[in-house]
Amino acid sequence: MKKWLPLYIMMLPGALYFIINNYIPMFGLIIAFKKMDFSKGIFGSEWVGFRNFEFLFSTSDAFVITRNTLLYNTAFIIINMVLGITLAIFIADVTQRHLKKVYQSAILLPFLMSMVILGYIVYGFLSMQNGIMNNSILPLFGKEPIFWYNEAKHWPYILIIANTWKTVGYGCLIYIAAINGIDPSLFEAARIDGANKIKQIIYITLPSLVPTIVTLLIMSVGRIFYSDFGLFYQVPRNAGLLYPTTNVVDTYVYRGLMELGNVGMASAAGFYQSIVGFILVLSANMIIRKVSKENALF
Amino acid sequence: MYKKKVSSFQLIAHIVLILFTIAVILPFLLLFMSSITEESILLVNGYSFFPKKFSLEAYKFIFLSSTKIIRAYGVTIFVSVVGTTMYLTLASLMAYPLSLSKLPFRRQIMFFVFFTMLFNGGLVPTYISYTTIFQIKDTIQALIIPTFMLNAFGIIIIRTYFASNIPETLYEAAQIDGASHFRIFTTIVLPLGKPILVTMGTFTGITYWNDWTNGLYYLNKRTDFYSIQNLLNAMIRDLQFLTSGPMAAYAGEEMSRVPAVGVQMAIAFVAVLPILMLFPFLQKYYQKGIALGAVKG
Repeated sequence: MKKWLPLYIMMLPGALYFIINNYIPMFGLIIAFKKMDFSKGIFGSEWVGFRNFEFLFSTSDAFVITRNTLLYNTAFIIINMVLGITLAIFIADVTQRHLKKVYQSAILLPFLMSMVILGYIVYGFLSMQNGIMNNSILPLFGKEPIFWYNEAKHWPYILIIANTWKTVGYGCLIYIAAINGIDPSLFEAARIDGANKIKQIIYITLPSLVPTIVTLLIMSVGRIFYSDFGLFYQVPRNAGLLYPTTNVVDTYVYRGLMELGNVGMASAAGFYQSIVGFILVLSANMIIRKVSKENALF
Repeated sequence: MYKKKVSSFQLIAHIVLILFTIAVILPFLLLFMSSITEESILLVNGYSFFPKKFSLEAYKFIFLSSTKIIRAYGVTIFVSVVGTTMYLTLASLMAYPLSLSKLPFRRQIMFFVFFTMLFNGGLVPTYISYTTIFQIKDTIQALIIPTFMLNAFGIIIIRTYFASNIPETLYEAAQIDGASHFRIFTTIVLPLGKPILVTMGTFTGITYWNDWTNGLYYLNKRTDFYSIQNLLNAMIRDLQFLTSGPMAAYAGEEMSRVPAVGVQMAIAFVAVLPILMLFPFLQKYYQKGIALGAVKG
């Protein structure tokens, strides 16, 4: 044992970090069953049983945030998959090396931006007084200015476009890597047999991508109860009138905790997310293990 | 040799890809053009790709008149450098022992690391424990420690790299020569693991550079610790944020002359500029990292 001791000491700082950053908050989830008193801390506060949950599920908020989170994520998963694969097939087919590089760069670039920047970019287009939409584009078609940040009905489209712009590149690069891994002799043989490009895609490329698609799909379904806080907080600029279509579990928890001081409700919603999220991740992994064992997380 | 001809399929591919590339570039162009448009034009015509009148007022304001922006830039650089260094140190120190197949309790420790990917406490308990037990509210550590300083994903990837790229016989030989574990770590593991450390360092550096959540959660009174992203976030709520508080040059009536609309866009542009400039370098490592993440960790 003595011989291994230095190695355990090396792991100590990291282990300590996980305890502080991850394990203490996991136990802290019991706060959902308590009435938080900041002077007494999580463990000293008074128990209230399921009262926080009763309050949460008696409001319409619980339904709205669950619906929004699930619907947005479903849309994001489908669009990123279809568009990601399409762009990947197109890029893999580009023969000019320089152009290929340009396309690959363009697809990754938005992924490296912060959500704050994305929020500013969207604002540049949609700002009511200064935005390019209201000032230049809508007048071109003879349309009246739209008060984007006051009207909730536009936001499902705006958020889906913004999310696609920012994140499609990630999956796309994974698909490109998978396409590059396909044995080129398959395409060669298909060409000799007279298969055109579309046939090659249907019979060679897509079937070869199935394992990658299934893995990415199941992993994102496992995370379907979590949303990108930044996208839903920064891009709509936290505008209150937009909450019906922009409020998701993560923004609800944040606002409950920080802006409304309603720790009970926020902690109940957070608990709900952690538990449902955990169950979904475990189920997703179980399915992956059945489909393709080597892609399972554990 | 056969003559290459562009098929109609490739033509469609190019058209779609060119449109997509334009859709990526245009928003950045709008950001930049708006930042160099004269304030009076902005107020009348709004943001546009072809401003009628150019002006560098916004940049002059950022670099000459505002101590807040320069300071926030400094905070961002500091936090990114320190955070990335801490991440790589903690992650590689933990990944090396876990890469050794003979380490006792290896599976149990891996599970301890891995479980953090499956289950987490979320914002509320994290916030309460950091503010009540660890008292990091309104400190500079608040931008570095929570959430980003280490993660299971990184440890698993680095461990896998160490295990598959550094032969264990190398360690055994070094041990026969009397080298300690720590010496093996610094003289063998770190130099040979450099490619993966650079990749993970790039990921982490970008994460810190782009982060605004820690500042939003934990900085309440100490707005002087705001990073550039926090500053941009604060300006959404309060356009006058830049002119409030202690300011060197702009005081009294001059406050109203701050080119606020243009300055917002100029700060946003200055915040993305380093990423745009370093992009070729970042891209190389990001693509590697994404490919690594796609395969099992």
